[in-house]
Amino acid sequence: MTLPSINYLALAPFLVMSGTALVLLIATSLTPTRIPRRVASTVAVSAAGASLLLTVIQGWQIARHGAQLTAAHSVVMDGFSALATASISSSLIFALLIAHDWEGRERFVGAEYQMLALLATSGAVLMTEANDLAVVFLGLEILSIALYVIIAFNRRRVKSQESSLKYFLLGGFAAAVFMYGAALVYGATGSTNLSTISYFLSANVLVHPALLWAGGGLMMLAFAFKTQAVPFHFWSPDVYEGAPTPVTGFHASIVWGGAFAAAIRVMISGLGTQSDTWRPIIWGLIVLSTVVGALFAITQVNAKRLLAYSSVTHSGFIWLGVWAASPRGVADSLFYILTYAPTVLGSFAIVALVGGVGDSDHYLKKYRGLARRNPWIGGSLALLLLSQLGVPLTVGFDGKFAVLSASLDAGNVTASVVAMLAAAVAAFAYLRWVGSLFAEGDPDVAPLVVPWASRVVIASSVIVVLVFGIWPAPLTHLAQHATLFFQP
Amino acid sequence: MSVPASWYLVLSAVLFGIGVYGFLTKRSVLIMLMCVELMLNAVNLTFVTFARTLSDIAGQTVVFFVMVVAAAEVTVGLGITVAVFRRRRTTSVDELTEMQG
Repeated sequence: MTLPSINYLALAPFLVMSGTALVLLIATSLTPTRIPRRVASTVAVSAAGASLLLTVIQGWQIARHGAQLTAAHSVVMDGFSALATASISSSLIFALLIAHDWEGRERFVGAEYQMLALLATSGAVLMTEANDLAVVFLGLEILSIALYVIIAFNRRRVKSQESSLKYFLLGGFAAAVFMYGAALVYGATGSTNLSTISYFLSANVLVHPALLWAGGGLMMLAFAFKTQAVPFHFWSPDVYEGAPTPVTGFHASIVWGGAFAAAIRVMISGLGTQSDTWRPIIWGLIVLSTVVGALFAITQVNAKRLLAYSSVTHSGFIWLGVWAASPRGVADSLFYILTYAPTVLGSFAIVALVGGVGDSDHYLKKYRGLARRNPWIGGSLALLLLSQLGVPLTVGFDGKFAVLSASLDAGNVTASVVAMLAAAVAAFAYLRWVGSLFAEGDPDVAPLVVPWASRVVIASSVIVVLVFGIWPAPLTHLAQHATLFFQP
Repeated sequence: MSVPASWYLVLSAVLFGIGVYGFLTKRSVLIMLMCVELMLNAVNLTFVTFARTLSDIAGQTVVFFVMVVAAAEVTVGLGITVAVFRRRRTTSVDELTEMQG
């Protein structure tokens, strides 16, 4: 018997993250006292930084030797996986820094949070480089199971546990649906390997495609659930509101990175030959997500619920690039994820600060006059919100412009127009929030105290939004080189 | 006399359907959890059946992944359910109305 050869460089970011998580877990159970917050955060941030460096080495290797399949063709290292992993690793650094301050406020000690965050992220990383439906499933579940626990992390808040239970039940259901879809695709094509599936489908014409279509449809349902696309978004406002705020930021950046990367791999690398069949479904997801997300965002009075519906709209935009099913569409979707992650993490860093101890109050009226009390924080939040709205000279504009032009190039005029109109409607929700930041506030409210870790996150996200908003060329260039290993 | 493969596929589809129906209609967290398990076992049966008709070992190995993941998922799920039950004295999803989504 011969074991499959493994290129450890391809798996290195995953191994660093899950390995550090296990070290933290063992250290937690062996040390008599709880691990100080500072030590845990330092270890976890170093692991995330190491994985970011490893993606640079991966990128250099890919540029020299091309993309590589490894571990019996079930894992792929290509430009797409390297860039998505880089995005996820840097999001993890941001998310850990937000959580560092949050844990200080809530007086949590120990390394459990950092451990779970690293584990969940390692699952997302595995999803970006999966070339086999079983590996997609494994990544999805490593990500989800750690996420269920981390959402319920705040023991003193009933909402935290309640939202975790809701997410757990629906997440387990979605995973089972995904796997049944994978089983049907396996039956129709004879393999769970995405490249083999693709070769099989391009070389053969199925007499009875119903099995394949049912399987693909079920898998798409699970991806729509994970990426909060309407009509599978109904859990997201509750989970966004109930989860501790650092976890909400984690969700909107890292979980999305993994879920969209896996969706792109399965739908384009694996089932790309069937794009005429799945395009109408994605078209429906785009139209519903952008419109429903925008309409509900307007009516929200809670900041976290508003951001939940806003991310539903953003999900519709990212699906626009997937619909195009072209190398350019994939690059533009990746560019959107890459730029949306720091924007949303910066916003949630500020939401966590304003929410105060115990995540008690996230109502929008609490933001009234924030820019007068804390000019820098208020101004940063205004900028981050304007970027999510898609104002020119912010990175949000470049992202929207990229996916819209890719989708128009592919001939998807109606959905692009609907998405643009929906973005205009959603603008109202953001502008109302920005307006209240600069309004005359209650003079009795004391200015916020901003700890250093949150400062770093907010400042870096503002820099990303402004610098790449004005000069997006380096990022678009990177995204265009981040092609999929295989695309029919 | 051997049972044709299509029977197994129909059986697993029926099991999956029962799981989906139960998940959507029952209100107890524990029963919903059992329904998810039923769905995952239907998945396993489908994989094994296809692995046999295709004479391919890969489908059978996937079953091990599914079983391990299902066990881990139940462990975490029961933990969360117990945590909620300690606070609220209920496992019915209808009474979990702290937030209205």
